[in-house]
Amino acid sequence: MRIGIDVGGTNTDAVLMDGQQIIASTKTPTTPNVSDGIIAALKNLVADSGVDVATLDGVMIGTTHFTNAVVERRRLQTTACIRLGLPATVCLPPMVDWPDDLREVVGGHYYMAHGGHEFDGREISAFEPAEIRQFAEDIGRRGINAIAISSVFSPVNVSFEERAAAIVREVLPDAHITLSSTIGRIGLLERENAAIMNACLRELAIKTVGGFKAALAELKITAPFYISQNDGTLMNADFATDHPVLTFASGPTNSMRGAAFLSGLKDAIVIDVGGTTTDVGVLQHGFPRVAALAVSIGGVRTNFRMPDTLSIGLGGGSLVVLDPLKVGPQSVGYEITSKALVFGGDVLTTTDIAVAGGKADVGDAAKVAHIDKALISAVEDRIEEMVNIAVDRMKTSAALVPVVVVGGGSILIQRQVSGASEIIKPGHFAVANAIGAAIAQIGGETDRIFSLAEMTREKALELAKQEASDRAVAAGADARSIEIVEVEEVPLAYLPGNATRIMVKAVGDLAAGR
Amino acid sequence: MRIIDEQAIENIALGAAVLGTGGGGDPYIGMLMARKAIRDHGPIELYTLDELNDDDLIVPAAMMGAPTVMVEKMPNGDDIVNAFQVIGKYLNKPIRAVMSIEAGGLNSVVPIYVAARLRLPMVDCDGMGRAFPEIQMVTHTIYGISSTPFSMADERGNIVIMETINNRWTETFARSIAVNMGAMAMIACYPATVEQLKEASVQGTLSFAERIGQTIRRARVQEDDPVKTVREAVGGFEVFKGKIGDVARRTEAGFAKGEATLQGIDEYAGQTLTLNFQNEHLAVRIDGEYRVTVPDLIALLDIDTGEPITTEAMRYGYRVTVIAIPCADKWRTPKGLELAGPRYFGYDVEYVPVEQRYGR
Amino acid sequence: MTLKTVTLDDIEAISLGAGILGTGGGGNPYLGSLHLREIIRRHGPARVIDPFDLPDDAVVVMAGFIGAPTASIEKIEQGEELLTALRAFEAHLGRRATAVGIAEIGGANCFNPIVLAIQAGLPVVDCDAMGRAFPELPMSVFFFEAELPVTPLALVDAAGNRVVIPTTAGAQWAERLARTLATRMGGTAGLIASQVPGKDIKTYGIHYTLSLARDLGGRVLRSGEDDIPGVIADTLQGRVIMRGKIADLERRTTRGFARGALTIEGFGSRDRLFIEFQNEFLIARLNGEVVITVPDLISIVTEDTGEPISTEVLRYGMRVAVLGIPAAQGLKTPKALAVVGPRAFGYEVDFHPLPGGIIGQRPAI
Repeated sequence: MRIGIDVGGTNTDAVLMDGQQIIASTKTPTTPNVSDGIIAALKNLVADSGVDVATLDGVMIGTTHFTNAVVERRRLQTTACIRLGLPATVCLPPMVDWPDDLREVVGGHYYMAHGGHEFDGREISAFEPAEIRQFAEDIGRRGINAIAISSVFSPVNVSFEERAAAIVREVLPDAHITLSSTIGRIGLLERENAAIMNACLRELAIKTVGGFKAALAELKITAPFYISQNDGTLMNADFATDHPVLTFASGPTNSMRGAAFLSGLKDAIVIDVGGTTTDVGVLQHGFPRVAALAVSIGGVRTNFRMPDTLSIGLGGGSLVVLDPLKVGPQSVGYEITSKALVFGGDVLTTTDIAVAGGKADVGDAAKVAHIDKALISAVEDRIEEMVNIAVDRMKTSAALVPVVVVGGGSILIQRQVSGASEIIKPGHFAVANAIGAAIAQIGGETDRIFSLAEMTREKALELAKQEASDRAVAAGADARSIEIVEVEEVPLAYLPGNATRIMVKAVGDLAAGR
Repeated sequence: MRIIDEQAIENIALGAAVLGTGGGGDPYIGMLMARKAIRDHGPIELYTLDELNDDDLIVPAAMMGAPTVMVEKMPNGDDIVNAFQVIGKYLNKPIRAVMSIEAGGLNSVVPIYVAARLRLPMVDCDGMGRAFPEIQMVTHTIYGISSTPFSMADERGNIVIMETINNRWTETFARSIAVNMGAMAMIACYPATVEQLKEASVQGTLSFAERIGQTIRRARVQEDDPVKTVREAVGGFEVFKGKIGDVARRTEAGFAKGEATLQGIDEYAGQTLTLNFQNEHLAVRIDGEYRVTVPDLIALLDIDTGEPITTEAMRYGYRVTVIAIPCADKWRTPKGLELAGPRYFGYDVEYVPVEQRYGR
Repeated sequence: MTLKTVTLDDIEAISLGAGILGTGGGGNPYLGSLHLREIIRRHGPARVIDPFDLPDDAVVVMAGFIGAPTASIEKIEQGEELLTALRAFEAHLGRRATAVGIAEIGGANCFNPIVLAIQAGLPVVDCDAMGRAFPELPMSVFFFEAELPVTPLALVDAAGNRVVIPTTAGAQWAERLARTLATRMGGTAGLIASQVPGKDIKTYGIHYTLSLARDLGGRVLRSGEDDIPGVIADTLQGRVIMRGKIADLERRTTRGFARGALTIEGFGSRDRLFIEFQNEFLIARLNGEVVITVPDLISIVTEDTGEPISTEVLRYGMRVAVLGIPAAQGLKTPKALAVVGPRAFGYEVDFHPLPGGIIGQRPAI
């Protein structure tokens, strides 16, 4: 049996699952120290189900805690970045594209060292141990304990980052070190940004993951626990302590994965209707399709594997404005229970239209009885159009695709969606996030440039797949269950020699006994 | 003369993405370089050619190679300054100002870095009015201006200067040197006088890119029809509205080539558009018939935001408006078409200016 | 007697001598000899200057062709590549050259500098930078002994394209960039590589190698019915390691170099000589035991006529004599061996110098 927990900004949800079965679910308010909310949710779950905690195989937690810390610029540690790449890259030092306030909060300390590789694996310049040692000593003198290390083309060759880390560790045995190659892909600034953010979250990670552990211990849960990451896969507690940044955007991922599970579909469009926005995403092989473009978090560009979701201004609280008719993007948001007509307010919202049309039964239907049939139908038309366009934009092929609707605002989706083979509104949709966490798998990824002048395309793909699989197993996946879920090839422009960038992602089930 | 500040750089970079016609490299890194140099050394001046003396020497600076590599191995900064300064030394003449060799993509903003570092002004012109994939494809070539002396430099201090018998040879040599230098090199090329550039360059392109950028930025916040606003700002024509279907890509001789199919929507429903690209968008056929080709500019704009979509980012399902922008007149001369017309890129079709098809 | 001029009568002898000093590589001097013949007919003989007659501040430019010899036998040079390269080089330097230096005496590159000298109206120095043939630019005494940079470089192709490389991050980058350009220039390019002051020519150069090539070739030509391989060995203080038949030959091309190995079976003996090559012959093992290694010269000549055999014309069944020739002293220092010793070519063996040697020494008479 597994427990999935989603620690959101407002609510902490939890589900207990036995294999494919949902035994119990609960929703409690999130608490400032996080663990109290988790304890409360777990207590509810145990009380509701009467489960013997000794029979649990694992606890999976999804959290927005670390994203929020960066967005709010709170609880971040002073961090130093060592970049290996001299004499290249000098004109754009680390953190050059950060918002000033965030750079100040983490101190903006950086060091540029020799090293780095070319796209084809040649060294840019030789690794200089003495230089790294000197930097480490300086970092020590400044009393900085969090260090990010980046090296040019480290996804092609990690050795310089590893050698630098070994030296830093000799000088500063207690330092928290983050290597850029462990958390990002090609794109130095973005990968380095992620590494620095990771480094500055390390103490918070130790505290938070420690809090999770304590909460579980209080309930005498001895099963291993895992944290879910942005690509819908899991990391174990120790790995998560080292890589908190990988939890960024795990929320939407979990909700989509939960939708996949609840509907039993591996390839589908997921529509998550909230109070203010509707997020439309694509499930491919049971995982959210990943965004191709850079994603900004708290004003910092990263190249995380974020789910590619399209957000439109349509939700249960969206304003309906007449003459000319407009639905959203303004919304009453969480104030819907006081401002919408059905709740006695004076603002016409999409929820009021749904109630007036007899599609939903919330609040006082009498308060919207006066709404004209023609208006109801016009608003429904508009909503249908908005959803149709969003779905159409996110589709990956012209073929009909099933559409799964989750989220509190799903009452708005009443009509057929064009291009949909069927529309599914599964039960338990309110805890889709926690379910997504509970069912997550272990993943591994590789992203490198191969020269097809030196090897065949088949050989390059095979190498990339092997690397991704090896990484998944190293992260705790059962080798027998490994599946390649994503292969992407991008030929490099303006360059002879057939250099091609290959990205591969492999996933597998959690290996037993870990 | 006017001053280029941080805001101007961001706008130029954004507008340059439209003029990149799907290629030219993401201007982001170039924008950061230019912005940092201006923060460190102060804003720079932008002159029109008329404000300078006829015999003033102008030299373009640029980055050559794979933009994908540039996002990982960023320049040193001294490398591009070296490449630029070595030309002045070689010609034994002072350089009056820096210019962009291409207004589309990242090379629109990269030279601003050099200008700020050396406290030199920029000139408001370029050699393309768009982006093109090869060294010889600049308006300078049409007017017989040599690409050489052509210098290349890398972050290690390697420097190469070449003088070639024609601009295609420069392309051949430079491309292989760039691969050796790590798939990327900093270059300075096409030294010319103001007098020569008055005839041979595409003028006003930096300000043009800036205006486009401003427009997109404004269109983003205001909620009217951003595509229309952008199209009007660039003086372009709507060619099609559709949804990207199949995108077939292949690599040939170092270029990312391919073909995309778009299904029409709204008033274009039932029509099919075929888009050919080779780093940049090159030719558009609707229901099998050529409608727009190089050297006219083809841009795919996101139907909701008006933002340009690069060839690399094209994916099934994007809803786009395809617009065509008239190229600089210089490209429409026989020499210009020989250099970068549809036949050069292998399309067996006569070039027809976009205004002739879509009317003014 | 050292040369004062190079006349039509010297050409055949120099060609033969340079072929032997080419140790299997360096390209065939035949085309170069035809070109020089033409130039001498038109403009008269080349002036040769004794290295020790140069002023200390003389500007000696090192000249030669870079690229694949196989390309140059098909795509014959335009003829003025080196002169154009010299002009570009001088323009970059802001100084005129005093004399032309020979970068590589072994193989085809012996003649190009002489052609250039006549075209430019300059003397050619009786000296070179290798005393044999080597595959890469930094394998020059002026780089590893005199510690002069390999740059600036000027390359010119038959079409008239000119490239100047003012400075590089070390000699290997100069080699790499020049090689890349030569490939793009159609496989071969005229190259002016570095300027050497007269003082350094006197201190570090491999002296009198032009005269040596002429003397060596001349003796072979005059030997008639004699034991020609023996005459060559005698002239260069080397020895004949083996006379026999090529019994096995294996070739492969890696990274632009013609690599391979051959086995020679001794006449009427069970001795087997195994020789490995990368453009030049580099290491010879007699019955498994290393007998000669680079930088000492391994030359293979036809057993009867003493004609040098280059790696590209090796054929199964050829009857040959293999000579071991002690290299110039300047190639045997620790600094030199780091660049041109067996380990620099990837062989995990020490250099076992052959005794004696006369390459680089003033001729007795």
